[in-house]
Amino acid sequence: MPEAALIQTPAVEGAPRPSPAAQQLQARLAATPRPRARATDAARTDALDRLSAQGLPGPRHEYWRYTDPAPFNAAAPDPVPLDAVTGDPTLFAGVDKLRLVFVDGRFDAAASDDLSLAGVEVAPLSQADAQADHWVGDAYGALEKQGQSPVSRPFAALNTAIATDGAVIRVTGQAAKPVQILYRRSDPAADVTIHHVLRLEPGADLTLLENGLVGARGNIVIEADLAAGAKLHHVAAHRAGVPRVSNIHLFGRVAEGASLKSFALSVDGRHLRTESVIELLGDDAVAHVACAMLGDGAAVHQDDTVFITHTGLRGESRQVFKKVLKNGATGVFQGKILVRPGAQKTDGYQISQALLLDENSQYLAKPELEIYADDVKCSHGSTTGALDETALFYLRSRGVPRERAVVLLVLSFLADALEEVEDEALRAEISDRLEEWLTARAKG
Amino acid sequence: MLQINNLHVALEDEGKQILKGVTLTVPAGQVHAIMGPNGSGKSTLSYVLSGRDGYEVTEGQATLEGHDLLEMEPEERAAAGLFLAFQYPVEIPGVGNMTFLRTAVNAQRKARGEEELSAGEFLKLVRERAKALDIDAEMLKRPVNVGFSGGEKKRNEILQMAMLEPRMCILDETDSGLDVDAMRLVAQGVNALRAPDRSFLVITHYQRLLDHIVPDVVHIMFDGRIVKSGGPELALEVEQNGYADILAEVADA
Ligand SMILES: Nc1ncnc2c1ncn2[C@@H]1O[C@H](COP(=O)(O)OP(=O)(O)OP(=O)(O)O)[C@@H](O)[C@H]1O
Ligand SMILES: [Mg+2]
Repeated sequence: MPEAALIQTPAVEGAPRPSPAAQQLQARLAATPRPRARATDAARTDALDRLSAQGLPGPRHEYWRYTDPAPFNAAAPDPVPLDAVTGDPTLFAGVDKLRLVFVDGRFDAAASDDLSLAGVEVAPLSQADAQADHWVGDAYGALEKQGQSPVSRPFAALNTAIATDGAVIRVTGQAAKPVQILYRRSDPAADVTIHHVLRLEPGADLTLLENGLVGARGNIVIEADLAAGAKLHHVAAHRAGVPRVSNIHLFGRVAEGASLKSFALSVDGRHLRTESVIELLGDDAVAHVACAMLGDGAAVHQDDTVFITHTGLRGESRQVFKKVLKNGATGVFQGKILVRPGAQKTDGYQISQALLLDENSQYLAKPELEIYADDVKCSHGSTTGALDETALFYLRSRGVPRERAVVLLVLSFLADALEEVEDEALRAEISDRLEEWLTARAKG
Repeated sequence: MLQINNLHVALEDEGKQILKGVTLTVPAGQVHAIMGPNGSGKSTLSYVLSGRDGYEVTEGQATLEGHDLLEMEPEERAAAGLFLAFQYPVEIPGVGNMTFLRTAVNAQRKARGEEELSAGEFLKLVRERAKALDIDAEMLKRPVNVGFSGGEKKRNEILQMAMLEPRMCILDETDSGLDVDAMRLVAQGVNALRAPDRSFLVITHYQRLLDHIVPDVVHIMFDGRIVKSGGPELALEVEQNGYADILAEVADA
């Protein structure tokens, strides 16, 4: 990119002023200084170099055509009054779990549970980072770095460089209960950058829950490294709310026979971009990424960008994305399956569907397959449709009021995505939450 | 119970006239049958009565116990006691049959100002009525009509009817696609519901169903009108001679 070339130009005395893009990056970095770090210091310097070489994305970046990067590029977010998003996120309230609370991007020990849990070692990044020889030093930024090619992800590099905190989790066996990461806000202007590092040892098994309200602007990175036979079940609820902006990355590496399943519930994301970058490295690896998204209103813009790479044999990947849009909301899906040479017997599946509840909303989908092995099974489909009038009439003819019938049909549209939540109790809770939201918004 | 007077209906999009003056009265407690060649407008009549979009009533009235049906939303018609067993029951993936039934039953109760059924009461009732129709628990768990055979779908319609206990039941070719045993079950289901304050309008092509559900009156519909009405013997006549004789006779008159 031309911006990158300009940034790399050494600042010689008397040379022309830096380009606007380079200035923007400098302003962005100046606004959020890099925290003191020991274990991750080298990784952060490395990330900063990456970012400087890439530059912040412009609207002509191949993967930023449908989503304007400007709110992420801006030096600071517009403050968002704390009461602009109402209703404390009580999702997962009924689940027995170990809770880690982050307030404005910093670990809050008092609000969190005791961090000892059978089968799991948990520490806040800010603490782990203080020990120069902590294992996180090697893991931090490693998958993010790998995920920068073939498509650059500048905000992930930015995150690695400047993240203030996060959860560092090492799972050695079957986690005794799920770990929840809960975000809270206290400063209306908080610009939050959080970086979680997960390492699942061979055969380890963890359910990771993630929800809450991140900040006026949020940048979250999760790196999940799964050793052979490990299982990670990630269930996130992004209630971006109006008018906050968030950029989320999940980087996953899945070894032989391991399985990474990630589901996100996304409600009213104003400028929410979620990128999932997962490599099925070992043979017989499994990766599922799914999202159920609801958007109401012209301010809502939610983008899912997925890049699945099959490297090992007999890998199974599944992408299920369902978006319900009304009153001018925009949904974006960019999903790619890359099958590397030699990744024979790959089974790749991708479906992305939008249900438009009116004519003002829009759905932009860009499915991509790139296959370099000859014995693979890959399929993808994308549809955009309206409510099924026949089904609606059928329900109403049985006495179900129109609004309730719409709720049932929307839930039925989302069912395939929800199926990706394996745990029945979690699935029921999410489904109930969806139903509440839909019922509240059924009018108009 | 049901009164249809000079009903004219056109397709909203094309303006094509389908019903051209249907007049029909079904008194409380009676079973009426409608027979008629393909495309004569039987399903259209049932859809218009239950409030489906896409039709324009250009003339005439339809009332249920004196209430103007045509003014009501489909769900209001249902709450008022109207029920249509669809010729082609609709599949709704992702909505469980039980959820659907319970939502429908309770929505109607609520609309009528009655108390909703508790989960326990509802379950007991469904089990009992499903059993009578040979619908097993597994079918109740599945999404509405998804993967049901043709006959299973029809039995599921009758189960809905049995649960909703409507006043005016319209059955659109509920017998087509049923095997002999299923037909008997469905007929039993219908007969069990026969009551002095409940009426039936049974659309069928075959006399066979009417052996089981004996109608008070049989109407013949042709080209958007009821052209002849009579007793059960009219169905026998159709079975034996087809429609030609009746239509010729009507044309002569
Ligand atoms: N939505 C529609 N668009 C176009 N034509 C229609 C539509 N609905 C009904 N028709 C036409 O109206 C006429 C009556 O159809 P209807 O389904 O009511 O007939 P029917 O008597 O129920 O027939 P059958 O015995 O085959 O079920 C037919 O000619 C049909 O093609
Ligand atoms: Mg018909």
